[in-house]
Amino acid sequence: MKPTTIPQRLAADSFHIDEGESHITIDQELCRSTGTAKALIAVCAAGVYQERDGQLVADYAGCLECGSCFAVAAPGAIQWHYPRGGFGVNYRQG
Amino acid sequence: MTSSGGPAIDFDVAVVGAGPAGSVAAYRLAKAGLSVVQIERGVTPGSKNVSGGVLYGRVLDDLLPGYANEAPVERKITRHAAMLMTKDSAVALDYSSRLLAEPVNAVTVLRANFDPWLAAKAEEAGAFLMTGVRVDSLLTEPGLSGAPTVVGLRAGDDELRTRVVIAADGVNSFLGRSVGLTTKPPTNQLGIGIKAVVGLPRRAIEDRFALADDEGAAFALVGDCTLGVGGGGFLYTNTESLSLGVVLRLDDLLRSGRGAAEIFDHLCEHPMLAPYLRDGEILEYGCHLIAEGGYAMVGQLAMNGMLVAGEAAGLTINSGLVVRGMDLAIGSGIAAADAAAEAIAKGDTSQSGLAGYRRRLEDSFVLQDMRTYARAPQFFERPELYGAYGELAASILQSTYSFDGTPRKHLARMARQALKTSSIKLRRLLRDAVAGVRSL
Repeated sequence: MKPTTIPQRLAADSFHIDEGESHITIDQELCRSTGTAKALIAVCAAGVYQERDGQLVADYAGCLECGSCFAVAAPGAIQWHYPRGGFGVNYRQG
Repeated sequence: MTSSGGPAIDFDVAVVGAGPAGSVAAYRLAKAGLSVVQIERGVTPGSKNVSGGVLYGRVLDDLLPGYANEAPVERKITRHAAMLMTKDSAVALDYSSRLLAEPVNAVTVLRANFDPWLAAKAEEAGAFLMTGVRVDSLLTEPGLSGAPTVVGLRAGDDELRTRVVIAADGVNSFLGRSVGLTTKPPTNQLGIGIKAVVGLPRRAIEDRFALADDEGAAFALVGDCTLGVGGGGFLYTNTESLSLGVVLRLDDLLRSGRGAAEIFDHLCEHPMLAPYLRDGEILEYGCHLIAEGGYAMVGQLAMNGMLVAGEAAGLTINSGLVVRGMDLAIGSGIAAADAAAEAIAKGDTSQSGLAGYRRRLEDSFVLQDMRTYARAPQFFERPELYGAYGELAASILQSTYSFDGTPRKHLARMARQALKTSSIKLRRLLRDAVAGVRSL
């Protein structure tokens, strides 16, 4: 099997992107002070979380909706819920 | 209870989630003649679901006889292997049997195909299925004893009033947490599952895994496939694809300093798996959080007006050789439906009126098996399982099979020598062996 990058793997998936609403909200201060930023980047297999110019950003469109980020985040460091009904990842294999 | 004088009831029962737990519960309630709404946030059932893919479906066969011939299942598993991996070796326990084919013991499923079939069974039985709808919150009222009573749910601007809500809303169960019925588990009780579905021609799969026709194989992988992080890997055969993945315990993943995707890459490129995966093409990439706490994680399962089922209730088992979730979900869906029907018939849907749920789970394989493997999660916290033991086994077998001209030694002597160079001491090995026998 040829080696693949995360974006190549995500390109095989189907998404209904909710342009109007992100289902992830980041508290920059808490993410930094609690070490949550590092943990989110490590656990997210979809590469949703990245650090850009010292800020943690969430590319919510590629979220696979597992909830691992929410599970490791310090209380309040991120808000994470499911996308609105019908939006988000749309598994065709599962 | 709340129906007398209160606002009109829209449905006897609302089932949240159209996975196996939810669809089986909705099916059984509709069959019993109750009015049931089933609400799923995905555009179709299964479109939000990922599992490794092996369903130990005898419980489903009792409910829907002959399901394996009718449902869109992938392959009937006739070969189970467990493989201890190092970076360049694999030591395996490999069991194949015709006895696993008849009656069908386990099948692989792809949830985007399987879940719609099961949800359609509930619809045919009379349940009203709503898809593409996210339940935002529960409607609660103060109950007689002061404890809140769930009286329905809210989705967007719509409110539905119910006698019982069955929350089969998955491992993250926001509904269960919102009323304190379930809690967010600690990171040592959760694993992230990362999986690729790898497309391959049917014939190539059968040849590589030594399978006839619609037979399938399920490989459990331990050791270097996760780069030593607590958890394991899996390689399952579907009809025209493989399900390849890892499960990584979150606490150990964070401790390792590695990224989840980096470990998945390592699995995909592992030389011991390469012959199975050759020329495969990734058709889909998915993730799913897995409750790994076992029986210790199972808390309260009922409150006034609500039950929690399937993964939302923490019902999963990892015995090392076998990983289960869907069969426990189905078992809990049956129990939840029967308990809800009984409570509604009695006119008491309070927590005590719904106590039949726990009783049914205790009487069935669901909580009995959860109890049997209660000590397994603790056993699997031993870091040696993911590194040193695989190295030790491989080194003993390497000395057994490798003829380099040096004089032969008896197996026992070789094992002793291998143990000497290993980080594991004999006393430790014996202690872990005893713990393993007791926990698994």
